[in-house]
Amino acid sequence: MGMVSEVKLIDENGLRIDGRKFNELRPISIEVGILNRADGSAYIEWGGNKVIAAVYGPREAFPKHTQNPSKAVVNARYNMAAFSVDERKRPGPDRRATEISKIISEALEATIFVEQFPRTAIDVYIEVLQADAGTRIAGLTAASVALADAGIPMRDMIAGCAAGKVDGKVVLDLNKEEDNYGQADVPFALIPRTGEVVLLQMDGNLTRAEFEEAIEMSTKAAMFISNLQREALMTKYSRAEEREETKEEPKNGNSGEDAHE
Amino acid sequence: MSRSADEIVYGLKREYLEKISNGGIRIDGRKFDEFRNIRINTNFVTRAEGSADVRLGNTRVLVGVKVEVGEPFPDTPNSGILTTNAELIPMASPTFESGPPNEDSIELARVVDRTIRESKMIDLDKLVITPGEKVWVVFVDIHVLDYDGNLIDASALGAIAALLETKVPGSKVQQEDTPLPINHVPVMITQIKIGSNLFVDPSLEEEEVATTRISIATDEAGNIVAMQKGLSGTLTHAEVFKAVDTSIEIGKDIRKRVFGR
Repeated sequence: MGMVSEVKLIDENGLRIDGRKFNELRPISIEVGILNRADGSAYIEWGGNKVIAAVYGPREAFPKHTQNPSKAVVNARYNMAAFSVDERKRPGPDRRATEISKIISEALEATIFVEQFPRTAIDVYIEVLQADAGTRIAGLTAASVALADAGIPMRDMIAGCAAGKVDGKVVLDLNKEEDNYGQADVPFALIPRTGEVVLLQMDGNLTRAEFEEAIEMSTKAAMFISNLQREALMTKYSRAEEREETKEEPKNGNSGEDAHE
Repeated sequence: MSRSADEIVYGLKREYLEKISNGGIRIDGRKFDEFRNIRINTNFVTRAEGSADVRLGNTRVLVGVKVEVGEPFPDTPNSGILTTNAELIPMASPTFESGPPNEDSIELARVVDRTIRESKMIDLDKLVITPGEKVWVVFVDIHVLDYDGNLIDASALGAIAALLETKVPGSKVQQEDTPLPINHVPVMITQIKIGSNLFVDPSLEEEEVATTRISIATDEAGNIVAMQKGLSGTLTHAEVFKAVDTSIEIGKDIRKRVFGR
């Protein structure tokens, strides 16, 4: 949060610079299983954000001293492509990426049944191809879908959304301009099935009441995004089912006993 | 101790701390919202422009502030620069290793940085020597000397105490030495969750078995300026708001007691 804005970010009709209402999300689309080698993958477009998440594992954790005998270790790596932002970002992890990788790992560990896979690593790779504010939550949202695609047992797919303050008003899902010139940003994610908060950060300046408003808005948005995640998974697997069915057709008359899946 | 032996001990400890906390007791006899003794010795390192030696119970952190002439960032030509760094040096704990900053020290530095920056504690616009060319760069370096829990609050207290005493060495550029321009005094309060109870200012023993950590910084007005959830546990919405209320309340008390503001 920082620079003082000369531009008005909310107009006299209460609309934001991209025409959204204060509690309106940017368009979001999720696609599942877009990579071949990874055990699970997902692609998310969220406003101007384009993010891919891929999952490998559970696989033997290496080097050996990183293994935990009672649970799987979740290693998320959040990485921004050099070309993902206006001014080229120097490749490789910086301090911001290191912090984000840490909190995403912790959030994912809260939903995965890690105790079922001792001594293993679950590696989650998040690549931000294009950034437009809210990349950590977009990445986490995609990563949860990729974990489900990899068949990793979880309490639920984590969903989230940031809220913040722009021109003195609490708004949902900040875009780049609002993030640069806004007064607060609250990245937030939860386990939709239980409502438990797994990721929460904040910078800027909010009163207690504004903070509560931000969390309420984000919670509602996360529940909506949770449905998009489910639909994305259903789309992939119902397509797979259709393919299976058309394959079965010529074999008409076969017992089909082993064709349940 | 081997990792699995560790796990067993932590498991037993967690069970014990959970059990006694349900009876309203912490292992060192403190109340849930009670801080350990805070002792701050400022100007400990006189060669630095500001410094503070903080003891929070048995945790000891030394913060040094250096103020040097540098070039402004191109996007903020008329602002001074704040940079915060933390080192978890091996003398502070058998679990700390030498080497480049790891994710724990990076997270610590970034959370403290956010507390100072987002509260607008330092008036960076007053740290300009020649607009667009020369500004003061404020380096906050956090040295953890003895680790007995709650490094975030100890480091934030140390950074703030040191900054309040920091002199800008104007004599280096043929000006007068002046105190650092201070606008606000933020206070960071960290809580951890054991079972379903939240404790402020966790000791190492408590941190080792905690499932969730939440750090909330507030300013004099009781507004929230920075927040960071940590560890792989979860919080309910009610717990988040309770943590916010506790941080506002305890923050006020510590601001008055420690900083006299």
